[in-house]
Amino acid sequence: MEFFLISMLNSLSYGLLLFMLSSGLTIIFSMMGVLNFAHASFYMIGAYFAYQISVWLGFWPALVIAPLLVAAVGMAVERYGLRTVHKYGHVAELLFTFGLAYLIEEAVHLVWGRSSVPYVVPPSLDGAAFTLYSTDYPIYRVFMMAVSVSMLIGIYLTLTRSRIGLVIQAALTHPQSVETLGHNVPRVFMLVFGGGSALAGLAGVIGGNAFITEPGMAAAVGPIVFVVVVVGGMGSLVGAFLASLLLGVLQTFSVALDYSFADLFAKFGYTVDPDTPLAVLWNLTISQTGPVLPYLLMVLMLIFRPKGIMGSREG
Amino acid sequence: MSKLRYRPINLGRWLVWGITALVMIVLPLIFTSGFTLTIMSQIGVGIIFALSYNMLLGQGGMLSFGHAVYSGLGAYFTVHALNLISKGTFYFPVTLAPIIGGVAGAFFGVIFGYVTTKKSGTTFAMISLGIGEMVFACSLMFSDFFGGEAGIATNRVMGSNVLGITYGPAIQVYYLIIGWALVCMAAMYAWTQTPLGRMANAVRDNPERAEFVGYDTHMVRFLTLVLSGFFAGIAGGLSSINYEIVTAENLGALASGSVLIATFVGGAGYFFGPIIGIIVFFVMVTAVGGITQAWLFYLGLLFLIMVLYAPGGFASLILMHVPVIKARLMRRLWLPYAAAAITGVVLLAGLVSVVEMTYHYSAEADTNPGMALFGLAFNVTSYTPWAVAAGLLVGGFIVSRFAWKAVGKAWGEIILGLQERRA
Amino acid sequence: MFHFKRTAEAMVLVSALFAGSAYAETLKIAYIDPLSGAFAGVGDAGLKQFQFVADDINKRNLTGGPKLEVIGFDNKVSPKESLNVLKKVIDQGIRVITQGNGSSVAGVLIDAVNKHNERNPDKSILFLNYAAVDPDFTNSKCSFWHFRFDANSDMKMEAMTDFMAKDKSIKSVYLINQDYSFGQAVTRAAKEYLARKRPDIKIVGDDLHPIGKVKDFAPYVAKIKASNADVVISGNWGADASLLIKAAKDAGLSTPFYTYYFGGLGSMTAMGDAGVGKVKQITEFHSNIKPNKTEKFANAFNAKYGGPPNHLTFYYLRVNNEMYMLARAIKETKSIDPKKIALKLEGMKFESDTGEVEMRATDHQLIQPLYISTVAEAYRDPKNPKTAKFKGTDPDVKYDVEDSGLGFKTDARIEGYVTAQPTSCQMKRP
Repeated sequence: MEFFLISMLNSLSYGLLLFMLSSGLTIIFSMMGVLNFAHASFYMIGAYFAYQISVWLGFWPALVIAPLLVAAVGMAVERYGLRTVHKYGHVAELLFTFGLAYLIEEAVHLVWGRSSVPYVVPPSLDGAAFTLYSTDYPIYRVFMMAVSVSMLIGIYLTLTRSRIGLVIQAALTHPQSVETLGHNVPRVFMLVFGGGSALAGLAGVIGGNAFITEPGMAAAVGPIVFVVVVVGGMGSLVGAFLASLLLGVLQTFSVALDYSFADLFAKFGYTVDPDTPLAVLWNLTISQTGPVLPYLLMVLMLIFRPKGIMGSREG
Repeated sequence: MSKLRYRPINLGRWLVWGITALVMIVLPLIFTSGFTLTIMSQIGVGIIFALSYNMLLGQGGMLSFGHAVYSGLGAYFTVHALNLISKGTFYFPVTLAPIIGGVAGAFFGVIFGYVTTKKSGTTFAMISLGIGEMVFACSLMFSDFFGGEAGIATNRVMGSNVLGITYGPAIQVYYLIIGWALVCMAAMYAWTQTPLGRMANAVRDNPERAEFVGYDTHMVRFLTLVLSGFFAGIAGGLSSINYEIVTAENLGALASGSVLIATFVGGAGYFFGPIIGIIVFFVMVTAVGGITQAWLFYLGLLFLIMVLYAPGGFASLILMHVPVIKARLMRRLWLPYAAAAITGVVLLAGLVSVVEMTYHYSAEADTNPGMALFGLAFNVTSYTPWAVAAGLLVGGFIVSRFAWKAVGKAWGEIILGLQERRA
Repeated sequence: MFHFKRTAEAMVLVSALFAGSAYAETLKIAYIDPLSGAFAGVGDAGLKQFQFVADDINKRNLTGGPKLEVIGFDNKVSPKESLNVLKKVIDQGIRVITQGNGSSVAGVLIDAVNKHNERNPDKSILFLNYAAVDPDFTNSKCSFWHFRFDANSDMKMEAMTDFMAKDKSIKSVYLINQDYSFGQAVTRAAKEYLARKRPDIKIVGDDLHPIGKVKDFAPYVAKIKASNADVVISGNWGADASLLIKAAKDAGLSTPFYTYYFGGLGSMTAMGDAGVGKVKQITEFHSNIKPNKTEKFANAFNAKYGGPPNHLTFYYLRVNNEMYMLARAIKETKSIDPKKIALKLEGMKFESDTGEVEMRATDHQLIQPLYISTVAEAYRDPKNPKTAKFKGTDPDVKYDVEDSGLGFKTDARIEGYVTAQPTSCQMKRP
């Protein structure tokens, strides 16, 4: 029971972090059709900015300033990079962000060095929030969950209740009409891109110290974020939310399952010994494959439901 | 990209192919050092790999982030086959061994391709990335087949030598690679002329319309991917003969990313673009990588600049000039080009100085502040070199803009002139 | 036959002549490790240490003539690129190479060096390995041209389990490793050696996770917690090590971690104080061993490289061993010919800073004492203002590493003969 409850909490917090990461990507994709390969790089620079600011000013200012700085970087990228390649199509945009990811990583190497930086959880958030049976549950994870849930609510309200949200939604489907009404559509796109980047940056601020801040962190989370977006349904925010939670549960609980095909065969009275063909495959436990399962899920999803969980359009 | 299509003149085609073959054959006689030979062998393998990649990106419009899966698996199958051959389990000539890799590549193309080619565009790109990640992760888990971290080694020298060919000396392997490269180049070029090759173009440019005409776009993409996997597998097989070892990096995201960069920089819209791209890529990796540790930065920058300003790659930059030369209008371009080159050198000098000094500063400012650049020795902790470098960079940028405007203007006039002539 | 012998003699004479002429010159050593990209930090630290030792050897003329020069070559941690670099090195006439980061690279290099030396016996290359620990390199894949100066992963496990076997409070062990050849080897060795030494110890968990793919280790920690293990053994390195220990700290897990590389270059910064008192590592050296004969040398190195931006700390005693033994081999053979050096290195006994070490002739594995140590806060000496930022109270933890405020405290010293493993090596000598 202890294990189950703790694992449930762990999967929830991990899933919410994944959602924070993928929400920005999803918003950008659904609004602009751009798949931002460098999205995880914005997550990384968010963490590095937060580290630098927390050295100078402390963690709380960093929580606000770092995402804003990332937004500024994102807007600059949109204004001077993406807008130029937009005329060549989505593939060119994807390639641009792919190259950008390379450059950002090298730039991070240059400025902050090649190994990790000591970006730590602030003392006020360090320690156990509560103890479940005998396991501590850290305050910081509770804080992470609170931030992502409030972010989710914030996005929802902005998009559906605020004026700018309505303009964004309108610009998505009828850019010409919106332009005739006097709105600056390119500027709206720039804001959307900046906003999406800021969300990734925010994820970096609170993910960077929960895990570690190092130049490889972008490459480590990048593919998983894409899995979330595909499984959730390209461009669907609700889908991304469900997919994030699903992946969180999948990754957390798969670790606990030490079962393999060999055990299954044993139930039917057939034992796998080292000479059996493909013995390695049959002896592989679910826990061993855990981190590969998301990719497997993605492939299965594409075979049986190419739209994703909540997707409205296909690709 | 899709509109930049160019069909070479038939007469010239034979000439181009003949010269390419001749250059490939003669080069090792001029550059005899072991290192150059290695690089040239790598370029030979890279050409096949990049061309097979371009079947997807250029001809089929599918942007793949996981193409190394096919070449890597092809390499693993070849290396296992070579080991079995040397054990005497079955007989197969080493010369033809890359075929085994090709078949393996095509086989995995069938397995992964059916799912991944359902969609093109961004969806395809993401799925290819996911498949690449999955295969790479598996390669580390199953060390029986993939040899774990140390990889699978082999010895290409085996059995009786036919006509003195043992594949012991690197030069023999080079000619083996060149032979395969020429055959594969010809085969892939021929493919672009087949109905399937043409349909791949149609599906790339307008899938809806291709479907209305009655073609199954999924099937066209699927067959293209299988064929592309076949040639990638051949490239993998050759690389396993060349290196006599295959490790998991052959399957990794870095290998997939590299071929993408090389192909794009060379020019995905043209058949021979990737060949230029691979050469540029290896020059960056070996020549620039040998001089400076910032080579990755320069490579990334080059790639970004190409995406932003020359999405047709180097190939398009070269081919742009063919009609101009024919119309004898090049003289109008020399002056702006010279201006652009001179200002470009200033800009480049500024850029290189800033980048190199930053690298040096971040690596060893405290222990070894002295460094040399362009034959000048100075201290990175003092202000003067930074001011000079920044001045070069900013000044170069400003004057370059003028030069580029002149280039743009000259081009505008030329295009206008060409259109008038045509009319 | 007679003629042949004569020719051979003449050849020896000629080569001796050439060797003689080269003797007074410089022996270049190619350092083939990552100097760009993500692992450049580790590669760069190693290169600086090699060059620092080479300077010391040249200053004290330990070779009896030839100067040593270490030249860095960037292999971008890629096995393929390493082969290209090797070609370049051979083209430049360099005959001694050294490498350490990654058994994949080392495996490729051993294979390539063997083939090269077989095909070009007059230009043979010597490979000195300072950190690649795959046991195969001194067993099934052993080579006359390869010498390993680090204890291999089985030897480290032998030492670790030897230490654990004496601790009667350990009743159960949890294994968590990266799912690739090294991690799998650690798992296998741990099970085998524990079964031999302490059959009563239960293996209550055995996890292999894909390398570099796990972001959140909390589920694994929950599993460790649920298993009630007394001890965790892990061969993880890099981010996989730091993330695991951070997750353990978050969940309040107090189980000790017996590790290979948790104290490795750059890891202490990432781990922070999460590892204090909990993480044990096994190495041939750390800055707080006693008696510490390397102290002066290490301080000189740290004084030169310890500042910003990189905060390097002297780390590899084995690099010193490698270079000093090489220098002695050159001095004793009066030659810089790789084959002669190799023959001299075989079986060489050397008085290192931590005691006598021996390059075992049968498999070219250095047998050396190892230390098990625990992460601790560095000692704040009221008399020494330099230690003002430290927080520890134990004077044994005199030095920290990489400006992290954390250092190591010795738990035990394991003598070399304890760690020695039987070898299956059947070496082919030229």
